[in-house]
Amino acid sequence: MSLLEIDGLNLEIHGTPILRDVSLTVEAGQIVGIIGESGSGKSMTAFSVMQILPDGGLASGTVRLSDHDMLALSEEALCKLRGNEVGMVFQEPMTALNPIQQIGAQVAETVLIHENVSRAEAYQRAREALNRCELPEDKFPMSRYPHELSGGQRQRVVIAMAIALQPKLLIADEPTTALDVTTQAEVLSLLKRLAREDGTGLMLITHDLAVVADMADHIVIMRNGEVVESGPCPALFDTMQHPYSQALLAVSDHQPSREEHVTQEPLLSVKGVVRDYALPRSKLFAEQEYFRAVKGVSFNIRRGESLGLVGESGCGKSTLTRAILGLEQVQEGSILLDGEEVFTGKQPNRAVRRKMQVVFQDPYGSFNPRWTVRRLVSEPFHLLDELPDREAAIAEALQSVGLVAADADKYIHEFSGGQRQRIAIARALIIKPELIILDEAVSALDVSIRAQILDLLADLGTRFGLTYLFISHDLSVVRNVCDRCLVMQNGEIVERGVTADIFERPQHAYTKQLIAAVPRLP
Amino acid sequence: MLRFVLKRLLSLVLSLAVASVVIFLFVEVVPGDPAAYMLGMNAQEDTLNALREQLGLNGGLFERYASWVGGMLRGDFGTSYTYRTPVSEMIGERMWISLPLALFALALSTAIAFPAGIWAASKRGSFADVSVMSLTQLGVAIPNFWFAMLMVLVFAINLRWFSAGGFAGWDAGFWAAMKSLTLPAVALALPQASILARVMRSSLLDTLGEDYIRTARAKGLSRRQALWRHALRNALIPVLTIIGLQFSFLMAGAIIIENVFFLPGLGRLVFQSISARDLIVVESVVMLLVFAVIVVNFLVDIAYALVDPRLRVRA
Repeated sequence: MSLLEIDGLNLEIHGTPILRDVSLTVEAGQIVGIIGESGSGKSMTAFSVMQILPDGGLASGTVRLSDHDMLALSEEALCKLRGNEVGMVFQEPMTALNPIQQIGAQVAETVLIHENVSRAEAYQRAREALNRCELPEDKFPMSRYPHELSGGQRQRVVIAMAIALQPKLLIADEPTTALDVTTQAEVLSLLKRLAREDGTGLMLITHDLAVVADMADHIVIMRNGEVVESGPCPALFDTMQHPYSQALLAVSDHQPSREEHVTQEPLLSVKGVVRDYALPRSKLFAEQEYFRAVKGVSFNIRRGESLGLVGESGCGKSTLTRAILGLEQVQEGSILLDGEEVFTGKQPNRAVRRKMQVVFQDPYGSFNPRWTVRRLVSEPFHLLDELPDREAAIAEALQSVGLVAADADKYIHEFSGGQRQRIAIARALIIKPELIILDEAVSALDVSIRAQILDLLADLGTRFGLTYLFISHDLSVVRNVCDRCLVMQNGEIVERGVTADIFERPQHAYTKQLIAAVPRLP
Repeated sequence: MLRFVLKRLLSLVLSLAVASVVIFLFVEVVPGDPAAYMLGMNAQEDTLNALREQLGLNGGLFERYASWVGGMLRGDFGTSYTYRTPVSEMIGERMWISLPLALFALALSTAIAFPAGIWAASKRGSFADVSVMSLTQLGVAIPNFWFAMLMVLVFAINLRWFSAGGFAGWDAGFWAAMKSLTLPAVALALPQASILARVMRSSLLDTLGEDYIRTARAKGLSRRQALWRHALRNALIPVLTIIGLQFSFLMAGAIIIENVFFLPGLGRLVFQSISARDLIVVESVVMLLVFAVIVVNFLVDIAYALVDPRLRVRA
């Protein structure tokens, strides 16, 4: 008798089939990885187990959790099981906690709602759960609010809520997708430790095979609402049959083919750049204090080169990006593009700005939803003094990223995440810049889509002679596409060199730590 | 939190100072000489001058501003040009009608809007939701003076439960006074409650779609528990904003309802003083209303911070 048995599960949402004949089992103490792209139905499988489906969701088949027929139980009975028999951890730690309630109260609520204990005891148990999730009392008292914690710490609070009652099954839905690599490694090992200690069944959902490869006992690969292949891990990696599984394996460590066109001439030259932010005054007439986000950074990018800039959130890489784009004034140093200052007087230098464009991380948030693609893509035209043939330029930009000219009349919601990122690239390409800054441009994408976008970028780089600055927290991305690499920590560049050298012979302790944190396939 | 309150207090005082200058200058540029208005068309120049002197209209700009503000701080609002009585007395009497009326209407509006909005949001798309939404649509659309007259017809003239107008006075006892404010308060509260219920509903629906509600449900909370424990307080911010705006409106904007029910409130006072060029009364009442609005905004700010810990830091 398995802990969780899903057998022939079908799910429709408002009549649209989402899951088809999904079957899988999770044994007590077993870690099961569920892998698939967005839209493969992996999260909906989890929601079917929890029975927290969106409105209009209709599930049929069998879902048995320690002998409870989850599809037949009343809402009241389900409430008794959720949080008690089965706990769940979600993808987005920044929004998963109630922003106006202290973390202690939120964890204690799990206990209070299921057990008839005093408040003091519930808080005591919440404290123990937080301690187990490596949030010690001296640094993380229960009176903390979520906004006082980082993303990784918030995810630990969510995990503490889920394990406070030591449920038999823990479901983690993309628990680390929104986190930096080092934080990801810590959270994954925490989940693994908790599951092993309590003998909990862990259902770990992710789009990245590498994430589960070295911790799962069993792997289930899903696509379009169906299970395409499953088997024990790591044995499955050698016996994979289904073309989709093999493709998934291939893209996990995808190496786009690139042609060298690097020259010696520097295109962008950053010299001794310092960026200070004014801190809020502690007293009314106290002296103004500053936070130094970038501490004297210098580097060059040669024309035609791909340079990687790697570091965790908060290391100063986004601040540096804004300075390079001329969006903010630097306090010391200079930034020259093609020999000209990017920031002159009190504003960005327009003549220089038109030579560089940026692609941001979030393909959902970085477009105005009420504009047509035509208007979105042609926005950088305001940087030009002489307008080219508008329609021809829009069509060319869209075609060069693999879309068609007719897409210009559509709105952004009609496109998938990968297509949106193509549109963002088209927007960057349209004025034929020389430098494109990719600020975590593929971090929010599934591995397979990510591989396609990386191929596209490599192809465009060759065709248009582009220079790239790749900014990312994810070393594996940088590894396969960059000629040289900079590693940034606390506003300083701690290591630099040819990418392959850095990966094979890292010198700085921080670089070693970053490389160790990257999940690997066997 | 204490620092937050002190900072807000400082900004309250500054806003008041700026508002007083603006009001003073505005009244200065309004055409019309109060002395000429009081003495009529045929007044002699020296009589006019003497009256201007007596009213304090002849000093320099700064001097007059200083004496106006200084007087207000001591509770002396000057003397009405038309009625020749101290402005503070006139305002005092009317304040005892306008303030309780505004509070009464606000309490009614909140008491109707909260349950209606929460009920509609918790049963989204159901018959209950649709009926609450249709009723509030009607409540926003109906002009409140028409509704007021309708209530007078039904409850005062036909049923004779309430009097058709006038104010019993607080001397007649608390309940008698409240009784004469009931129909006006209901007339004022109805459109406000409709707006507030709609804001409450949409704000609550927004928060019910948040990720942390899903987290709460995964902990084992029922839909209803998640709504009461997690969604409601998060949904309050926009609602508090509207309540603050509504109170300001009720203090100053009740003039039509005051006329329908023959209530001698602040709204009528301003209206009468403007038509009589009684600038000193206008100045003082406007300043008083500005004071009320700023104080209410201060209280709303404090309420925000009580609801949302993130705001305590940011201020």
